[in-house]
Amino acid sequence: MSGASTTAHSVVEPSANSKRLAGFLVILYAVVSMVPLAWIFATGWKTPPDSISYPPKVVFNPSLEGYCNLFTTRTRQTAEYIAALGAPNGECDEVTRRREMVIAGASNYLPRFANSLIIAFGSTFLAVSLGVFSAYAFSRFKIPLADDLLFFILSTRMMPPIAVAIPIYLMYRALGLSDSALGMILLYTAVNVSLAVWLLKGFIDEIPREYEEAAMIDGYTRLQAFFKVVLPQAATGIAATAIFCMIFAWNEYAFAVLLTSGQAQTAPPFIPTIIGEGGMDWPAVGAGTTLFLIPIVVFTVLLRKHLLRGITFGAVRK
Amino acid sequence: MAEIRLEAVTKNFGDTTAVANVDLTVRDGEFVVLLGPTGAGKTTTLRLIAGLEKPDEGRLFIGGRDAAPLSPAERDVAFVFQQYSLYPHLSVYENLAFPLRSPVRRRDEATIRKTVERVASMLRIEKKLQNRATRLSGGEMQRVAIGRALVRSPSIYLMDEPLSSLDAKLRSDMRLELQHIQRDLGATMLYVTHDQIEAMTMATRIGVLDHGRLVQVGTPREIYEAPRNVYVATRLGMPSINLLPAAAFAGQPMPPGAATIGARTEHVVVGRTTQGRSAAAKVDWIEHLGDQNHLHLSLGEHKLVTLVDPDMALSVGDAVDLSLKGALYFGADGERIAA
Repeated sequence: MSGASTTAHSVVEPSANSKRLAGFLVILYAVVSMVPLAWIFATGWKTPPDSISYPPKVVFNPSLEGYCNLFTTRTRQTAEYIAALGAPNGECDEVTRRREMVIAGASNYLPRFANSLIIAFGSTFLAVSLGVFSAYAFSRFKIPLADDLLFFILSTRMMPPIAVAIPIYLMYRALGLSDSALGMILLYTAVNVSLAVWLLKGFIDEIPREYEEAAMIDGYTRLQAFFKVVLPQAATGIAATAIFCMIFAWNEYAFAVLLTSGQAQTAPPFIPTIIGEGGMDWPAVGAGTTLFLIPIVVFTVLLRKHLLRGITFGAVRK
Repeated sequence: MAEIRLEAVTKNFGDTTAVANVDLTVRDGEFVVLLGPTGAGKTTTLRLIAGLEKPDEGRLFIGGRDAAPLSPAERDVAFVFQQYSLYPHLSVYENLAFPLRSPVRRRDEATIRKTVERVASMLRIEKKLQNRATRLSGGEMQRVAIGRALVRSPSIYLMDEPLSSLDAKLRSDMRLELQHIQRDLGATMLYVTHDQIEAMTMATRIGVLDHGRLVQVGTPREIYEAPRNVYVATRLGMPSINLLPAAAFAGQPMPPGAATIGARTEHVVVGRTTQGRSAAAKVDWIEHLGDQNHLHLSLGEHKLVTLVDPDMALSVGDAVDLSLKGALYFGADGERIAA
């Protein structure tokens, strides 16, 4: 910093130049990390030839073909057969016929997407619920071997979850949990619950016991005090934990490939299979990925305000 | 309202004994103040009564009923915590209404509103009812905390240094206010403080705690005039009592066995002329308080602090004569010996 730029600001206030530099770096990082997302988003609106053209097309005529192909299955037909059909029924019909194909039915994308929603929300709810009760117990009660138990819980995260894929595969097959939503919910819950316990224990430790004690004296049981006093104050921690659990369960690929194939298949293993259906259908993959991103973005945005800490501070004198 | 009785109650935390073999009865409608320094076991005693801690030994009765099997909610006590413990996610109104909405003493909303408004105006926080509990000054938070106890009519009010974070003016106002409230409600109150002025002015009886033991219980006057031992004597009095070896006033008549003289400021007579049974002292320092002067003296190698009339023209370095008038005497074991 140059001595000449001394202003009336406090000494801890960064100078205008360092703020500008910081802003530039943040924007640069944001742009770099947004490029793949923008690429996927754009690919979803390209035609298949545009999507594989070299050099890549930045400016192109948007087409619905990717989204049409994502939601439909199609069969190839002769030109004569297509010409004999009546007027096309909507945009997708028209786009499909241009490729000498007709729509044969709906694709599996929507059911797979629904599976993802059920499994991700289900496992997040379970992991956070179990986590918040366990964390409260670890935080407030004298539990024999509490430190060892907490270490054991954490140790389940010390290897990549996929390291135990084969035993889990065999176990699930024996238990009939393969390719079931329940199996996937239990699996993701098991992986996430350790994270949830540790994160939430930190948040609950910071809530002074006096609140529950005051509530218990005011005529509530411990459980009622937990719901009325502890949970509202742990909202920030619960939201943060839920986002982390949700992101893991939503994006998980390896277990989903291994353990689901039909009924309970989630969107991540389904999307790559689109590529194989009738050539390299990158626009459909781009479209599927774009839609797949929406729920997690909405979920994060909805919970974002709870992530801002500090709103509950100050009512207990320290 | 109810009587509280502790019988030989002991509570240990690991190796430390927080409360040791305490016997104490708080009679119906009585205002008892527990006095003692930090770590004397005052707060633990309150928490035991509230049911937030379980005694290791001894028995506890609330209104004649054995409290051991009762949960905190069932004991029907109100507790004002030192740290306020206002629920930060609720408004002031909701904080005050919280006890009245509990499952065990549910009131209808109209009654709740009336009660909350009455208590709020008594504590002069009626304008703050819609504020969030976190958007208050320290004094307001403390008043809300007291208000949360007052909305109920519990069998006993337990207060843990409720005035400790108020400024001097508000503290003396609240001191009066609490006494009025206690008298008007006929409330049984057990109040913890390390502030001797609060203890002296508010208490029907004072209990002095030392390392978990209840050393003496009595009216403020008894505790002040007839302390059982040196420890109790040092708890009360401003400036605090001067403790001098008996030899310092060799000429004075003393009860046999007296090892220590406890001379409060009213026991010390400062004079200019040499009298028979006096000792010569030197003025070290004078603090002017306006209506009175703090006089710091040395008597040989011993130091004393006493109050004198500001009219008494003294300056640093002056020699004065000291004599005693009705001082307290303590034996070698620290117990008081009647004069």
